[in-house]
Amino acid sequence: MTAKKLGLKQRYAHMTRGLDWETTYQPMDKVFPYDTFEGIKIRDWSQWEDPFRLTMDAYWKFQAEKERKLYAVLDAFAQNNGQTNLSDGRYVNVVKLFLTGISPEEYQAHRGFAFAGRHLRGVGPRVAAQMQSLDELRHVQTQIHTISHYNKYFDGIGEFPHMHDRVWYLSVPKSFFDDARTAGPFEYMIAIGFAFEYLLTNLLFVPFMSGAAYNGDMSTVTFGFSAQSDESRHMTLGIEVIKFLLEQHPDNLPIVQKWVDKWFWRGHRMLGLVAMMMDYMLPKKVMSWKEAWDIYFTEAGGSLFQDLARYGLKVPKYADVATAEAEHISHQNWAVFYQYTHAAAFHTWMPDKEHLDWLSEKYPNTFDKYYRPRWEMWAQMEKDGKRFYNMALPQLCNTCQIPMAYTEPGDPTTIAFRESRFNGDTYHFCSDGCKDIFDGEPEKFAQSWLPVHQIFQGACGGPTVPDVLNWYRLNNGADNLDYVGSPDEKLWNQWMAGAVKAAG
Amino acid sequence: MSVTAITPDYQKHIEFRDLEKNFHGNRLVYVHWEEHLSFCSAIAFPLPGAMPFSAFVDEVIKPHYAAHPDAGNIDWAKVVWMIDGVKTMPDMSKSLEENGMRHKSLVRFWTPGLNGFKGSAS
Ligand SMILES: [Fe+2]
Ligand SMILES: [Fe+2]
Ligand SMILES: [Zn+2]
Repeated sequence: MTAKKLGLKQRYAHMTRGLDWETTYQPMDKVFPYDTFEGIKIRDWSQWEDPFRLTMDAYWKFQAEKERKLYAVLDAFAQNNGQTNLSDGRYVNVVKLFLTGISPEEYQAHRGFAFAGRHLRGVGPRVAAQMQSLDELRHVQTQIHTISHYNKYFDGIGEFPHMHDRVWYLSVPKSFFDDARTAGPFEYMIAIGFAFEYLLTNLLFVPFMSGAAYNGDMSTVTFGFSAQSDESRHMTLGIEVIKFLLEQHPDNLPIVQKWVDKWFWRGHRMLGLVAMMMDYMLPKKVMSWKEAWDIYFTEAGGSLFQDLARYGLKVPKYADVATAEAEHISHQNWAVFYQYTHAAAFHTWMPDKEHLDWLSEKYPNTFDKYYRPRWEMWAQMEKDGKRFYNMALPQLCNTCQIPMAYTEPGDPTTIAFRESRFNGDTYHFCSDGCKDIFDGEPEKFAQSWLPVHQIFQGACGGPTVPDVLNWYRLNNGADNLDYVGSPDEKLWNQWMAGAVKAAG
Repeated sequence: MSVTAITPDYQKHIEFRDLEKNFHGNRLVYVHWEEHLSFCSAIAFPLPGAMPFSAFVDEVIKPHYAAHPDAGNIDWAKVVWMIDGVKTMPDMSKSLEENGMRHKSLVRFWTPGLNGFKGSAS
């Protein structure tokens, strides 16, 4: 008698059989201490459906195949000096922002899913979280390998893990993930699995990957393809987890709603860096941030929340404010980096006339009125030999840790100031969204490590800007300041001159 | 306690990172020039509470805003001040402390007639 080949579903059942055994030496609550304190009620873990039914042996095989393809492309890119085919030397600053601001968060995601994969007692989500944990580790590794090629030629790349823990603007993504990882496993799953991977991921990866494609960065594009099938699993896990929690018990709804509100707003704030990248940093533009927001949040998110309405879940609080901010956020963020260029580990530049015209066209209601004059004034100052720098340190939002540069809803001429009192002290916020998050957990956010305050407390290498840059391991005069006049620009111009000569 | 924590005595372990005592005798002061968003946000300084308000204006505010083309045209006698949300006329001869400024106070000021490059609040 020959053994019959098993179907996928049967095979999955066999391969995962008994992974959810009841412990006997120790009570289950002691073995899984983290999955009850958040107040989430689970009646029946076996209701979890795993639509992928991926077993570990298949997982390894599949991932190994993708790695082989990716590294073949990376080798070819290096051998053919792919970096010289970029649209412009400025583009590399997008890669720097990605490596310093996003790759370390892939690692944080790896750690977070490893934690969730250990501490959720249901076998379905546990296996899915463990696989995602491995994916995220693979993502950070392949990103480092992809970008290490650029490190041979360009500044601002080599010290990225060190910088991630110290540099003022990198505390924005760092504190975002620190917050998620110090929450319980269910909040983590809603924060990263649902809000980040499902709701907002298209606003992060699509802009970077299509930006790479438009600007000749074939190595990053290939990395993006290699991560794509992982991402569809991550998105599925994100949507599964929210439906599962809402189906399990009606008491879960207010808890989940609070998390969705919080992590939507936190995600929106962090994505401001992507907005700036799309509107200001890509030499060849893909689309404006506002267009991306309309497609991926207003339309796609709108139908998602229509679908989730049957569970009683509402559109995140302040979604309307975030949508209104899509007109402003990229301009306000690039202005921050333009004036603090001396303290940034990537280069900035003044948008030229063609670029300003593109912005006027994409933002017809706001750009000419509020932002174009700012760039024109600074351009004039540059021309007069008085390039504008802000030589004081900015006030930071106690929640998102971004300089308090955002304006009042409905009034782009006035900074929004919000504050709360807690335990006898004042805390400042950039928005109602950030204030609400603090007010929900003041004990946690009173502990924020705010880079500006840390500098004043003497914790960052010394009181002067060069002291602090040194502590960041930021190579003053090479990693920072304007692209024009940088060693990056010099090298790029040499390559381009050589290419012209070679072409005869 | 608002935060949901697994640690029953979470409150005992809070590390308040920005207490006034951590700033070596100074207190945090934030200042913002309204309608001049070239300065992207309010700016922060650690200052002694005993500093006279006039010194705060001359030694802190003026030099840090000097780069703006409007800066030279400010009529300081006409400036409108707001400290922690309340419009007020600070006493220049008195200290920050005596003018009601505590740790992390926010000072906003308006310069009538000057509202940024071509009136754009930039
Ligand atoms: Fe990832
Ligand atoms: Fe992911
Ligand atoms: Zn904020």
